[in-house]
Amino acid sequence: MANVDFTYVRKEMVAAREAPSNAKGIGHWLKVNLFATPRDIIFSILAIAFLAYILPSIFRFVFIDAVWTGENRTACTTVSQGGALPDGQYGACWAFVTAKFEQFIFGRYPLAERWRPMTVMIAFTLLLIPMLIPKAPFKGWNALALFILLPTVSFFLLTGGFGLPYVETQLWGGLMVTLVLSFFGITVSLPFGILLALGRRSNLPAIKMLCILFIEVVRGIPLITVLFFASVMLPLFLPDGWTFDKLLRALIGVSIFASAYMAEVIRGGLQAMPRGQYEGADSLGLSYWQKTRLVILPQALKLVIPGIVNTFIGLFKDTSLVSIIGMFDLLGIVTLNQSDANWATPVTPVTGYLFAGFVFWIFCFGMSRYSLFMERHLDTGHKH
Amino acid sequence: MAGDALSSGKPRKSFSSLIYDPQARGIFYQVVTVASVALFVWIITQNTIHNLEKANIASGFGFLQGRAGFDIGQQAIEYTSDSTYGRALLVGLLNTLQVAFFGIITATILGFLVGIARLSHNWLLAKLAQAYVEIFRNIPPLLVIFFWYKGVIAILPQARDSVVLPLGGFLNNRGLFFPKAIWGEGSWMIVAALGVAIAASIVIFKWARARQARTGQQFKSGWTSLGLIILLPAATFLALGAPLTFDYPVAGRFNLSGGTSIGPEFISLYLALSFYTASFIAEIVRGGIKAVPKGQTEAANALGLRANIITRLVVVPQAMRIIIPPLTSQFLNLTKNSSLAVAVGFADIVAVGGTMLNQTGQAVEIVAIWLVIYLSLSLTTALFMNWFNAKMALVER
Repeated sequence: MANVDFTYVRKEMVAAREAPSNAKGIGHWLKVNLFATPRDIIFSILAIAFLAYILPSIFRFVFIDAVWTGENRTACTTVSQGGALPDGQYGACWAFVTAKFEQFIFGRYPLAERWRPMTVMIAFTLLLIPMLIPKAPFKGWNALALFILLPTVSFFLLTGGFGLPYVETQLWGGLMVTLVLSFFGITVSLPFGILLALGRRSNLPAIKMLCILFIEVVRGIPLITVLFFASVMLPLFLPDGWTFDKLLRALIGVSIFASAYMAEVIRGGLQAMPRGQYEGADSLGLSYWQKTRLVILPQALKLVIPGIVNTFIGLFKDTSLVSIIGMFDLLGIVTLNQSDANWATPVTPVTGYLFAGFVFWIFCFGMSRYSLFMERHLDTGHKH
Repeated sequence: MAGDALSSGKPRKSFSSLIYDPQARGIFYQVVTVASVALFVWIITQNTIHNLEKANIASGFGFLQGRAGFDIGQQAIEYTSDSTYGRALLVGLLNTLQVAFFGIITATILGFLVGIARLSHNWLLAKLAQAYVEIFRNIPPLLVIFFWYKGVIAILPQARDSVVLPLGGFLNNRGLFFPKAIWGEGSWMIVAALGVAIAASIVIFKWARARQARTGQQFKSGWTSLGLIILLPAATFLALGAPLTFDYPVAGRFNLSGGTSIGPEFISLYLALSFYTASFIAEIVRGGIKAVPKGQTEAANALGLRANIITRLVVVPQAMRIIIPPLTSQFLNLTKNSSLAVAVGFADIVAVGGTMLNQTGQAVEIVAIWLVIYLSLSLTTALFMNWFNAKMALVER
């Protein structure tokens, strides 16, 4: 009998068939994502109606009906308000932002000296970008330049000295003050926050109590009271003949506030460290500071990067509060300029705040995206 | 040998061993720290006393008895410019509490809605919620307050051509005007009926739960108590002959008369704080729900529970445990952020204190009052939320 081989092995694969026509394409996507259930249909229709109502009017206000060029308020007011626009046109007055742009950035810094803040901003950007790129070399030198060298140089460049004319901080303003305040707050709050967090976790009762007292009191009160405290009480603390610059008072207030919040974030990281790390470092015979610097902090800080960045974002937003104690940061200078008789129109406040909000948003959103990126970059995949 | 010193019961107390003794070092560091802090405090106290004497400012809280001399726009209790500083502070405190209370309620509701919407399968809804969160989280609340106050409410029509709202309300650049309810005689009985209804509902809930544990039979306690809470006061209201009249605001030439009103300061502060805090609460809610392991939902599905029951009995109770602690700090943040009122002139505790500070120069006392008030507000909220948290916490065997 012939040896018949009954086994069958498929040699050629059948070409994959296309997905059924009702499971692909935009129709399928719409069905799954927008109109899956009756409830979804209602929600989607409501959402579309909401967008259809709100988006065109925003678009008209910001782009179509907006005024882009002009010399003064007549460009942005309608005929009945004494201007040039036809009645009923209601759009943003971007001409106001264009006219005041330099003020929004530098405040009332003297025109002839504006190259100084300009230089500082360029140097800051040039030093910051390599600092933010994880692969860029010379991190140590870069950090030294950014956090020690730049502030020192900027101090003399911005205030004056070494032959440069003196510019009092009363004249500073705009985005420049916002950035100076938040950069200073960030640079100071991180080391102080680390010290306070370590103090709060310390075995030494007196130090622990002092740190807890400071952190909890500062975190329990609003920033505006800290700023009032800094602006009305700090001068009382000083001996005769000493005065504090107004900007310096705000800097101190902001730093005190940010340090307390930073301390709590870092404490979270310290607490999340497994006990074995502390014990392992102890068994190697490391001293307290060696243990903290080489073993604990590098891991703990990495754990709380999102929290640290969130504190930075909060600090950046909170700097807007200095406008209440009479300083002109970005928000303060925008508010100040709205009362300029040359530009006072019904749409000027909205326009100014849209611009300021956009600037704040860009910075904060950028920081939060960067924090997400760093989180993924530093994630070594150790999941407990 | 050093080893001998360790093994023998009595270590030699030489100076070098004292230096390397962790305990001795600890005491030394603490003494140094406390001494320097004490010295620092002493120096600034001396300077402050000297500076206050120089400026002729009497310290102490006696100034609270003085005549305030300034007016306050919104007042929960009776107050005129002849009242004392102490009463002005009390009005400010009540205003702070008011804006914080309404802000917290609105922000919680809005935040939960947005947070749940972000997790929706509906793409459009999820994206809208995300856009909301990303916009409001990244803009300073002060800017949002100004936006409402100077950008929106200030350019509303003037009193003579107010926007007419349904139910006799008006909206213009002086705020929101609506009818004032005037309760007639015997109205306290309606409140009493409401109280009775709530008490009865609590009893029904307890009884229904006990019965379900005993027999497995369910009782529609939710609908029953809802009906009770609505019907009982309504029946009382009708039985008393509807003792309610309204004082409608009437549009005059320059202002509206009658009715009650909410000023633009309160509206802008309240809206800005609620919208701002809601964006944070939304993220907390989303995180909390996402943190419930998928296995929990799957197990509940396997038991044959329906979707809304899974949400109510399985997901939400577990998510709440994660949500509550950060929610507490958001409530505290909102309360503290209500101090931004000073920017638009809403008379909260900080704004009133600031005015007093300018008038009297009692910086130390007023900052101390702020400190005490805010710290006790924080402490009260924290205690309440800790109690609530303990109630919700996982009971492990």
